[in-house]
This record gives sequence, C-alpha cells and structure tokens, in this order.
Amino acid sequence: MISETPSPSHGYPGRLLVFEGLDGSGKSTQAALLGKWLQSQGYRVFFTEWNSSELTASTIRRGKKKGLLTPTTFSLLHATDFADRFERRILPPLRAGYIVVCDRYAFTAFVRDAARGCDPAWVRNNYSFAPRPDRVFYFRVPVSVTLKRKLASRLKINYYEAGMDLGLSDDLNESYSRFQSRLKREYDRLAGTDRFTVIDSRRPVEEIQRDLRADLRPLLENFPTGERLMHDG
Amino acid sequence: MTDRTYGTHLPGLTAEELPGKLIVIEGADGSGRSTEVTLLKDWLEVAGHAVVDTGLRRSDLVSGQIDQAKLGHTLGANTMALLYSVDFADQLENKIVPALAAGSTVLADRYIYTLMARAIARGASREWARKLYGFALKPDLVIFLDARPVILLHRSIGKYGSLDYWESGMDLCLSRDLFESFFLYQDRLSKEFDWMAREYGFHRVDANRMPTQVHWDVQCLVAPLYGEQPPPAPPPVEGDRPAARPPASRGRRRAASG
Repeated sequence: MISETPSPSHGYPGRLLVFEGLDGSGKSTQAALLGKWLQSQGYRVFFTEWNSSELTASTIRRGKKKGLLTPTTFSLLHATDFADRFERRILPPLRAGYIVVCDRYAFTAFVRDAARGCDPAWVRNNYSFAPRPDRVFYFRVPVSVTLKRKLASRLKINYYEAGMDLGLSDDLNESYSRFQSRLKREYDRLAGTDRFTVIDSRRPVEEIQRDLRADLRPLLENFPTGERLMHDG
Repeated sequence: MTDRTYGTHLPGLTAEELPGKLIVIEGADGSGRSTEVTLLKDWLEVAGHAVVDTGLRRSDLVSGQIDQAKLGHTLGANTMALLYSVDFADQLENKIVPALAAGSTVLADRYIYTLMARAIARGASREWARKLYGFALKPDLVIFLDARPVILLHRSIGKYGSLDYWESGMDLCLSRDLFESFFLYQDRLSKEFDWMAREYGFHRVDANRMPTQVHWDVQCLVAPLYGEQPPPAPPPVEGDRPAARPPASRGRRRAASG
C-alpha cells in the first residue's frame, strides 16, 4: 500500500528532493551520494537529471548546433522536455510513494530563462504543472570557483553554457563568467522567494553530505522503506 | 513591445514597427479553411499585396518531432501542449515577424487559438493556455469559419474517406467509437472557441455555405484593413435560390443551406 503521510509540499505520498546550483557547484556529486545512502537505508529512490528525455534531446542538440534557438524557443523546448520527463518519470514514482531525487528541476529553467531575458512570470506559468519539492538544496558557490573547476576538468565550455547566444562577450571564458554571474544572482534571489536550503559548497564533500543527511532525517521519519511499501498497510 | 503581443514581451523583438498585416483564419478541419486561405491569398496578391502563408506544424525546429510523437501516441497533455508551442514560437520568430517587418501580409492557417483549444480540451486550464501564448502577436483580424459538426463530418469523410484519429480526439478516450468521439471532441472544441471568440474578438463567418459565399464575407472583413472597398457580392448559389426553377426539375436542391 501507499504511504500514509502525504507530503505537505505537494500532497503526493512520495518525497521530492531537488538539487540546484551552477555547473561545477558540486551538486551532482552530492545528489549521487545522497541517493546511494537513501537506497542503503532501504528506501525506493528514483533519480532524474535535467535535459534527458528522448523526445526533445535530438532537437535541442540540433537547435543548439545550428544556432536556431531564440530565448523563447529555448525556454519552451526545455519546458517540453521537462514536462515529458515529469509526466513519465517523476510523477509516477512520486504517486507510488518513492523518493525522487532531481539533479536540477524547474528552478534551473527559471534562472536560465530569466538570464536570457524571458518574462519570469511567463516561465513560471509554463511550469506550473510541476509541484513544489519537499526540499530544494541550493549549492552556492562563487563563479570564480566554478570556472576554475571547469578549466581544470578540461571539459570544453559549450556555447550555451557560456551564454554566447546573448552576445555578452566574444571571449568564451569572459562570456561564461558573466553569464554564470547572472545565473547566480537569479539563484540567490530565488533562494529567498522559494525557500531554498542554501549550502555553502566550498566546504569539504563529507561535511556537506553529513549535513544533508541530518537535514533529511525529520522528513523521513515514518516514511516507508521499499519493503514496507510492498508488503505493509 | 508588449502592446503588440498578448501580454508577454518577446525577447529579441526589436523591429520598432511591423507594418505588415497579420490575418488569421481559424476553424475546424472541414470548415473550408484551406480553400479560403487559397482564395484569399490569390485575391490579395492580385490586389498587389505580398502574402506569406503560414500554418501549424511547419517549423524547421520541431515539426518532425511532433509527427513522430503523434505516431507513438505516448505524450502527456502538458508535453504535447508545450511541444506545439515550440513549433509556433519558432514560426512566429523566424517567419511571421520578419515577414511583417518587411511589410508583407501574413496569412495564418490557424494560430494559437486552435492550439489553446486542443490543450484545454485535454485538461489544461484556460488561464494556463492564455498565459502560455502571451508572447504571440495580436493579429489584425481573426476570422473564425464556423461550421456545424455534421457539416465537418461529411466534409471530412468526403475528403479523407474517414475521420482523423486526432481530429476526433481519440487520444482523450471519450469514446472507443470514432464516430461518437468525433462529436464529443468537436463539442468540447467549439465550447473553447465560443469563449475565445469573445475574449479575442473573432469575426465569425457562417461556413455552412458554399466557398464563394464564405469568401465574399471574408473579403468584406479584409478589405477595410487596406482601406479598400469590398468586391461586389457573388451571384447567389443555385442551391440557395428559392424557387428559381420549377420544383419539378428534379432534386438538385439541397436541404436548406448546407
């Protein structure tokens, strides 16, 4: 049977945990560790990432490559992608009473689209089918740190990640810094309006993970494990 | 530039002036839309206006995705509605706006209203759909070709030999019977068009009649946009002419009008 205590945030029996932050903020590492721990505790965990649905992945790739995307189509295409992922992969486990861990959620869109000049109220409306998460962990880090990590990893900074479509600068690194600063300003603003749990991401990995687990304990009190979901109630 | 759109600014829209005219023809499948678009385009071009025609599901960006998704029948309602909005936005920005900026007339075979009606019929709220398309340009004229469902039915069968799965709203599971589903779905759509006709100031044209009659009504609505006089009325259609020939001349008369 399905959990007895629906979430106060969205009313579904499952729990929705969201990890947000700039690229290179360490959120994916922490999300993966947390997911592992939750599974080890016997919970059913579902994991989703941003921008991974089969429906639009090829269009987004093609559109980006050919420079076909404007702020409006960029925004709507990502909303489509998210809706598909939400309807297929987030909502069903949430209704079945599982813990869904999202490496990025609608807030990523709010932040990016605002930085590209879309009307924030319009973007929010487009995503209004997405329920409020139980927790949004925001991994806050100075842009200079993410740039250093990026350069050290020798991953090429891509055109849209650097916001090159906005014409902030012809220099890729310079454009990246400016665009990421815009994103950070938006994240910082949402941290207040959307009650993010802000995490100083410059601290050691272990310490952050310890804090996350401690933070979740009250939320998971009486929350059924996979075993209980199947056989109890 | 929010005064030219339905409330949301379109980022990157810099053309200070869009001198062209945007004319929208809305109506269900079988309402005679494509016929009217062809006639209207000809007429405008003969009068010396440059015309660019546009429709749904024609964008370079995602039209292929939409066709594919429809074959799979697996998309959720929000996803489908948003996917159509990408297609529309792409055409608006890459085709409609540039054409209007160049002073052309854009003749749109359907516009956001059909997309909104479909989304709402599938469970979206009117408010959500209205805001989603807040970035769309307000047309200079919206003409709604209004035809009774039974007319749509006969035209659809006459044209395709059958009813279309999507135009019958079969994905909504209103009925497993195609014929019944068609009427239930068209009924839902027409409720939404009624609401939008008021909200967005549609001009209704009775599309239960012959194409020449419909076309003349449309011409009368379009001509003033260009400060022109409408052409003279077409001769009345045979079927509509009362008692022009002896009733004995066999049953060429159709029952009432259409």
